[in-house]
Order: sequence, then structure tokens, then C-alpha cells
Amino acid sequence: MTLHRPESLDAALALLEGGGVLLAGGTDVYPALRDGAPPAAMIDLTGVAALRGISRDGRGWRIGAATTWTDVIRADLPPSFDGLKLAAREVGSVQIQNAGTVAGNICNASPAADGVPALLTLEAAVEIAGPGGPRRVALSDFILGPRRTDLRAGEIMTALLVPEMPGQGAFLKLGARKYLVISIAMVAAVVETQAGRISGARVAVGACSPVARRLPALEAALTGAALAEVPAICASAPLDLSPIDDVRASAAYRTESVRTLISRTLSQAMEAAHVA
Amino acid sequence: MSLDEPKGHIGFTLNGDEITIPSSATARLSEVLREVAGAKDVKVGCNAGDCGACTVLVDGAPVCACLTAVGQVSGRAVDTQSGLVARDVVAQRLARSFQRHQAAQCGICTPGMMVSAVALLRSGGTLDEARVADALGGVLCRCTGYRKIIAAVLDASEAAPVTEGGVGVRIERLDGWPKVSGTERFGDDVAPADALNVMVIRSPYHRAGFIFGDLETWREETGLDLILTAADVPGDNLFGVIPGFIDQPVFAVGEARYRGEPVAAVVGAAERLAHLPPFPVTWEERPAVLAAEDAATADLLHPTRAGNVMCRGYVARGDAAGAMKGAAVRVSGDFSTGFIEHAYIEPEAASARRVGDRIEVSCCTQAPYMNRDGLAGILGLKPEEVRILPTAVGGGFGSKLDLSAQPYVALAAWILNRPVRMAYTRTESIATTTKRHPSAVRMEIGADADGRIVAATFEGVFNTGAYSSWGPTVANRVPIHASGPYLTPNYEAKSAGIHTNTVSCGAFRGFGVPQSAVAQEQLFDMLAERLGIDRLELRRRNAIRNGEPTVTGQVFETGMGIDACFDALKPEWDRALAEAEVHNASHPTRRRGVGVAGGWYGCGNTSMSNPSTIRAGVTPTGEVMLHQGAVDIGQGSNTVIAQIFATALGVPVAAVTLVGADTDVTPDAGKTSASRQTFVTGNAARLAGEALRAQILRLGNGGQGAEITMTGDGIALTEDGVTRRVPLPEGEGYALEVVETYDPPTLPMDANGQGSPYAVFGTAAQMVELEVDMELGTVRLLKFTAAHDVGKAINPLLAEGQIEGGIAQGIGLAMMESFIPGRTENLHDYLIPTIGDVPEIESILIESGDMHGPYGAKGLGEHCLIPTAPAVLNAIAHASGARIHHLPATPDRVRAAILAKGL
Repeated sequence: MTLHRPESLDAALALLEGGGVLLAGGTDVYPALRDGAPPAAMIDLTGVAALRGISRDGRGWRIGAATTWTDVIRADLPPSFDGLKLAAREVGSVQIQNAGTVAGNICNASPAADGVPALLTLEAAVEIAGPGGPRRVALSDFILGPRRTDLRAGEIMTALLVPEMPGQGAFLKLGARKYLVISIAMVAAVVETQAGRISGARVAVGACSPVARRLPALEAALTGAALAEVPAICASAPLDLSPIDDVRASAAYRTESVRTLISRTLSQAMEAAHVA
Repeated sequence: MSLDEPKGHIGFTLNGDEITIPSSATARLSEVLREVAGAKDVKVGCNAGDCGACTVLVDGAPVCACLTAVGQVSGRAVDTQSGLVARDVVAQRLARSFQRHQAAQCGICTPGMMVSAVALLRSGGTLDEARVADALGGVLCRCTGYRKIIAAVLDASEAAPVTEGGVGVRIERLDGWPKVSGTERFGDDVAPADALNVMVIRSPYHRAGFIFGDLETWREETGLDLILTAADVPGDNLFGVIPGFIDQPVFAVGEARYRGEPVAAVVGAAERLAHLPPFPVTWEERPAVLAAEDAATADLLHPTRAGNVMCRGYVARGDAAGAMKGAAVRVSGDFSTGFIEHAYIEPEAASARRVGDRIEVSCCTQAPYMNRDGLAGILGLKPEEVRILPTAVGGGFGSKLDLSAQPYVALAAWILNRPVRMAYTRTESIATTTKRHPSAVRMEIGADADGRIVAATFEGVFNTGAYSSWGPTVANRVPIHASGPYLTPNYEAKSAGIHTNTVSCGAFRGFGVPQSAVAQEQLFDMLAERLGIDRLELRRRNAIRNGEPTVTGQVFETGMGIDACFDALKPEWDRALAEAEVHNASHPTRRRGVGVAGGWYGCGNTSMSNPSTIRAGVTPTGEVMLHQGAVDIGQGSNTVIAQIFATALGVPVAAVTLVGADTDVTPDAGKTSASRQTFVTGNAARLAGEALRAQILRLGNGGQGAEITMTGDGIALTEDGVTRRVPLPEGEGYALEVVETYDPPTLPMDANGQGSPYAVFGTAAQMVELEVDMELGTVRLLKFTAAHDVGKAINPLLAEGQIEGGIAQGIGLAMMESFIPGRTENLHDYLIPTIGDVPEIESILIESGDMHGPYGAKGLGEHCLIPTAPAVLNAIAHASGARIHHLPATPDRVRAAILAKGL
């Protein structure tokens, strides 16, 4: 029963060569044990200082992989990140937000991961380190399916990279209770407006397909729309989602309600942008 | 890991003390804090971050200790509830506030709540309800309904509590300080450190045959101490709770009848159990029946129960069919509810040790004497050879009446002569302990043109699962209660409990009455709508009154207070309806609605003797000892019974020392169930207090009005300004002792269910205001107003706590809860209300008295839940036009109902 606590990325990568389960906030690793004993060896990434925190360079933002949701909530970020911040507040509970990390949420690859839709609307890329050297993958290409990612053996996700972008972010989560709830559906959006009309919209939906996804046809249809026109566009645009029946809701309900949720998320963004 | 830690050790600061303890670094912090560092105030409710009971501060930030590797806190500061209350002034204020507001009921969530709240209070800024809810949203509570927790956090001041008072006074919980200071000990907290652990081997299929491999060889290979199967049960391999229905094996023989049924148990050191190879058993899955509607033609679960019918219930009065034909208006409908999980935050736990030829079992239980007798049968012992030591109970609500972990630890400890312990996992708790019965109800109600009920017919089918448990009680109770608290001259009600291959359904707050109320109270709204009569007025018009017969022909000359409950709601009802109308005129997509429902519940067993006995003594030095065996599962019997006793004796509650519960020292106060403890045990306590008072007055030659004072070295009597000492007999044991028993007067029912099944009915009416999002089908609750006739509120603060907690459970039943065997076996798929899901609750206590209750008090625990779900459903229908027949009213179902109405 070994818990390795490397302090550098190189040390973490070297340890991973020897095998072991990566651990950060533990909010997915431990529940997955289902009351069983922890694995024999785990590598705790929370001691790697370089993996935590949010920084900005000339090209964009870097969110360290081990940055917690509480870190995201507290960070000083531009309005395009408002959806991500709202999503962070909806992650489980304060306890989960204090421990759970951005990278964990992504690498766990749940169809209902709270952070993914907002990060898709931010056009985030995943930064990865590994035996083959560093690489970058668009977030939309990184999550392959439920519980499946493009992370290869020996690799560690090191950061999310978010380009500088204008626009106002928004997020809505639909669940059957207030806290500690897995989404029935959720929507994130970043909207740019000019003279009260949408000049660019990025919209992503979670929990309505095996992997959260952007809605390009809808985004295209929204260009040029005024606030009052948004509901009608959302009601009719092709969405290309494939929700399922589960214990939280029926597929039919998801199919229908997500349009309302999208419309409201866009309104939230446009109204916030107007105030701003 | 720090370099200065010895290998295999972890060093950190726990509650201000630097400690270095032996531990695997990957172990869950919660487990290590409890089992190695002795911090039993860290509770394990789910091991998955779903309940927050294990919340601790790590460097000041609240996290779930069950999701933290102990190695991750190396060199850091960890604070738990007990440490915070011992050292931190903010936590001390909070603890006092929790006591003042009775924010702790059972106390199992209190550590998580308080630790989270301390972090919030330290963060500064102005507090409001929303901030408190955000900070505490990660901690589930099943008892309180959260309202008093919110109030306590907002009021964490130095204000003084009310510590003294007899009947009618809002004193703080007498057993509360351990709960708010982190020293309370629940089922798993008292397990001996050297105990072996038990793990139960359970069927993975709803129905399966099974064949064991070579168990003895496997046991030797794995180094286990013992394997238990049916062959190892020295007594009867059967348990149950109702004579004639003792039908559940400790270990299945030949066939497992539900998913999760035990077939064997393994006993050994915890670390061995954690790394066991697969148990040598071969399963043969067999066709299973899961729904009551499919059971009639399925294979019989019990060979003597034709059609898989466990039992039926029946009540008939007048000519229901004939009167229905003549009714001016008739409404009818089908309604259904699913399995509901009790979801107390403390999973079942027990430990046992053999003491000579006796077995002692510590466990969280609602029924110590029933547990004692059940274990005696299993072990082949006499009842007095079994001792039950109830621990604090982290919520019960009915399911901890039944045996769960007790037989396994008792059998293993008996055979091995070593202490043995077991705590259920959350999955085990949800999957295998009793549930609320799924119901399928068809009901028709007829009324005359003035809205007076002329007839009601009811047919309810209840899925009772594989074994009987308290199923017969549900089948019997429902027909008596399905009319609701309304005069119903012509009535026929049938019920049936049906066996299926699911977990057994048993007792859960209301014993089937919440399910029947979902049908009856919704039909009342439909009736009111058809007749154009105000919904509250329709109920008021039909409310059963003193002197009028119930559907079993029982007539109460006093104490039937449902009309007063409805009257108490009238001002709020009128206001709420007006406000909703104004709101809806300008909010077409977020429509407000108001709903009301009534309810009643007979306190105590149905037409059966259910006595309680209270013993009390005075020591030679004048200390008053109250042997109080009515288990306090959070509802407050330790406080209420003491208040009643102290009032009857004529001393302050501070003069009374509580003893027990413990079957060796407290007489049988019956089970904590059926809303009977305040009424039945309360009466025994009143009789004991009065008898002891009479003894003292006789010894001291005092008159009826003499004041009794415990002086510290004896008893003094003061009368007419003169104080004199009461001579106490000398010798062994108590100088004075009384033992008093109360058994409520009931009469058996005849073949038509006519008779006097209960000595007391309590009644309630609740209304709710809510808002329906017409586009999403989501429901936002705004406010409950709850009027309850409690006869006499022994402790109004405790009564409010019962109401608020019952409403929270009713919200869950109405809006989100449904156990699906094999699918929702955890607390993130099985949802119960969080702190953000329970709105403001205004309680109105009606004190109509009662001819039998102590000081006029009635039971309350179950009544609180009964009207809640139908009130919510009626409000949803009022707001949206959508009537929900099949619960829960989740957003998808509400939206589907709105669409079906073409709205």
C-alpha cells in the first residue's frame, strides 16, 4: 500500500512507469472502489506544484490539471469563463469542490461531467505529458466515450489550455434536487454580441450523449439572432444529441427539455452581456 | 511523505495535536481517523462523498474524509467536530446554538453539518439562508428537514438555552450535548478494538439456486476464522417480527429469494476480508418476479401462501356499492408509489461478545426487546441469556426495528467466543434492509351535491417483497386509514400484501398510510374541482368530529382535532391562493400552486396489546434514576419521557438521571414505532412518576401539594412553608422503587374490520405553496404550513422537529425517491432531499387533548409525513393542471403530464 507523493512532473512520470493509479482529489477514485480496498500503489499528483493554479500568457489561459473547482470559483477570470465558474459551483458540494480537480473531471469521462460542456465552449485543449513527450489534444477529441479518453499508458494530463476569447459565458444544470446531484441535462454557452445580436455563439450540452458535445448547426443558426429570436431557433435547430433513459429521466424528456435549457442558457449569457 | 515519518506511519496534526500513527498511506482518511486515531466523531455514511457525514477540515477546508488518502494529509492539519468544539470558540457557539434550536435529532449528520458550518462561520461576511445552504449542501440529513440546522447556523451566538422545564416547555434535548460535541456513540462506534469483522455473502441475483464449494478448504487457505451458513445456526434459522409471519432465514437454504439475500458469512480480521478471493459458491439464476401484479401466476415464494399472497386486510361499513351508485358525484383513479428507502445516514451496525453463557449485542436498534427475543430464537438461547445494548441510533424510521447485522455478529461471537463486529456498507443497507412498500391503489369516492362523502371504495396492492417483516401491519393498517380523517358512512377497503423476489418491505413511517393518502387526498381535490367547492372547505366539511364513527365504527368523544387543523390553515390558505393568482397572471411559464391534504394515524399497535413499562428508583442519597427503555432514535423520547416523569413526580428534569436503554437494566418499553412512545411509554412514565410521588408523600407524611426536593443527600418535602426530610429505607439497591406499565385500551376488529383498533388517533393538515416550471416540469417549493393536533405538546421544539423532518421525507416521497433493486443502491442514484430542497416550514401545534394520552399528548412521528406528498401533488396540479398518479413527480413525469394535458 504505497502512496507516492511526487513533487515534480518528471518524478510523477517516472513513478507512473512503474505502474499505479493516479490520484488527485480522490472524488472519483475512492467511490469507484465501492467500499473495496484501495489499490496497492497510487501516485498522488496534488503535491506537484506545477500542476495547480490558473495562469495567463500572451496566447491564453492555462488551468493546471490539479486545480480544484474551488480554485476555479475563486480565480479572477474574464466573462467568457462565467459558465465554467457556474459549473464549478454545481460540482457536487463544497467538499467535492475543495478536493475534486478539473483534470479529474475530464479524465473520469462521465457523460454527466459538470465541467466538460463549459470547457468545450471555451475551446479548451488538453495538455499531456508522457513517455512520448508533451502533446496537445482538443478537448473534443480527448474524451472518446463514457469512461474512455485519449490518455495513453504512462501519460499524465498536465493542464487545460484555453485561448483568449471574447464573449459572455453561461451555464445551466437540470437535476432532480438542489445539491449533490448528477445532471439530467446541462448546457454551457459563450456568446458574443454586437448591437444586441449574436455575432458568435458556442453551445455545448452534457448528459444527453455519450460525450458532451458542441452543437455546430445550432451555433450557425444563432448567428445574427436577437434575444427574442433565440427561443424559436432553439426549438427547431437540429441538435444531433442521443440521450438515453436512465434513473434520472427519460430520453424523451431530455430530448425536449434540453431545448428549453439551451434557450435559457443563451438568454442568461445575453442578458449578462447586456448588463456588462 | 515526510522524511521524519517512520516507515508505515503517517504524521499529521489532529485537532491541534501532532500525531504519528501506523497506517497504509492509501487508506481512506475516514477509516484511519476512526479506527486508528480514535476519532469516532467522523461518521461513515456512504464511502462515496454522497452524504458528507465524514466531513473534516484539512488545513481549514471541508473535505470528505472518505475520499481522501490518509497519506495526502501528511504534515497537514486535520480538524474534526470533537476537536473543534473542544478548542474553537466559533464551534462552541455553534454547538450551543445547535442545542438551543434542536438542530441535532439523531445526531449522525451533526459532525458533518457542524464542521461544514464552522468553515462557513470562519469565512466571515454576512450570512443568509442561501450561503448556509451552499456551505452545508454536501451533508445529508434524514431527520430534521434541515430548517433548524439553518436556524442554528444563522444564530450561532452566546444566547442561553432552555435547560429546565416539565411538560409543555421547549427545553433543549437532554441527550443532545454528546451529539453536538462529538462524543455520541452510534452502532459502529462502540465496536471493540480487538473484534473480528463479518462480511455477508449475498445473492447477486433476484432469485437463484446455489451450491457451495469446499468451504473448509477455502477457509483454511484464506486464513479466516469462521464461515457461517444455515448449518451453523444453533437455534431456528428464521426471524421475523409478527407471530405467524416469522419467515425470513438468517441464511438462505437452497434458494435465495431476493438480490442481496445472505447465503453465508465470513469472519476474520478486517485486512483479510479486504483481500479475499471469490467465495466458493456457484449460482444458478432462476426466473424472478419483481412486481406484485405479476406475482399471482409466478412460482410460489412460500409454499403455503397461494398466489403469493402474504395476507389481506379488510374494512367494510355500511353499503359502499349501493351508496356509490346513488352519489351525485364520483371520482376515481389509479395511483402508485415505488420502493422507498429509509436512507438514515447511519448504516446498520452491531457488535457482539460472549460473556459466559450469555451473548451481549450492541447495536443501533428501535426494538431492543424484540431484537433480544429474535436473537434468542436464532441462537437457541433463552431470552434472558441475550442482552441488547442499544447504542445511539443514527436514524431509524422503521427499518431498524428488524434484525440486520445482529444475527451475524451474535452467531460468530457465540461460536468463536471472541468479539465480532459488522457495519453495513451503504449499498448493503439500501439493497437488503426493509423498504416502504410499493403500492398500487385504485380508489373511488362518491359525494352528494354539497360535497359530503357518501361512499368510498379502496383496493390497495402492496409489494411486500420476499419475506413478511411488517407487511401484515401495512395490510391491516391501510384499510383502517384509507378514508382519511373524514366521516365516510359507506366504505369498503381491501388490501393485500404480495410476495415478490425483491427485498422485504417493512415498517417505514406511516406503515402504508402515506401511500393510501396519495390516492385519497388527490381524489378529494378532484372531487372539489368537479363540485366547484374550495378544496380546504371540502375537507373541512367532511372532517370527522368528536362523536362521529370512524370507518371501523370507533367513536371518539374527545380529541378528534382534524377540523381544528383545517381551520388553523384557513388564513394562510386564503393568502396563498390570492398570491398565486396574482403571480400567475403575469408568469405563464412559472406557475404557482397551493395544495392541501389531511391525514390521520392511530398511535400504537393495531388491535393488539403493546405495553410499555417504566422503572424508576431513588437511591439512598436521593438520586432519582429513570430506567427509560424507549429507544431515542432522534425523535426525542429521552427528553419527552423525562419531562413527563419529572412533571408527574413534581421535580425538575435536572433532578432526574436517565438510565438505559439496556435490556438488563431497563424494562421493556416496547418498540420505537407506530408513534407510540410519547403516548404509551409516556403514560407508563406518568404512572411511574405519580406512583413514586405517592410513595414519597406517604413516607414523608406529606399532602398532595407538597413540594419534593432532591437535596443531594436525600429527599425533602416542603409544605405550608415547612421543609422536612423524608426518611428513606436503608439497604441494598434503591431506597424507593416503582415499576409501572401502560397498555393502551383497544378492542379486536370483527370480520368486517369493525372495532376499536387504537386508543388514540392523531391528525394533521398541511398545505404547501410551490412553483412549477411549465417548460421543464421542475418544481420549486416555497413554503409549508403544517397544523398538527398533538393533543398536548410535551416539548413543542421537539414536536416542530418531527413535523419538519416528516415533511422532508414527504417531499422525497412526492418528488424524487424511488429504489430500483439492483440500480439505485447508493446515495447518488437514490436521491433524498438536500438542504436546498426543503423550504420554510411554519408549524401550528393544535392541543385538543386526549382522553388517554399523558397530559393529553398523542403520538406525532408518523403523522408528519402522511399529508405531505398529496399536498405537494395537489399543489402541482393546482399550478399546472397536471395530476401525477404515479410517483415520484420527477421533472420528466411532471413535464409529461403537462404535455398530456395539452398545456
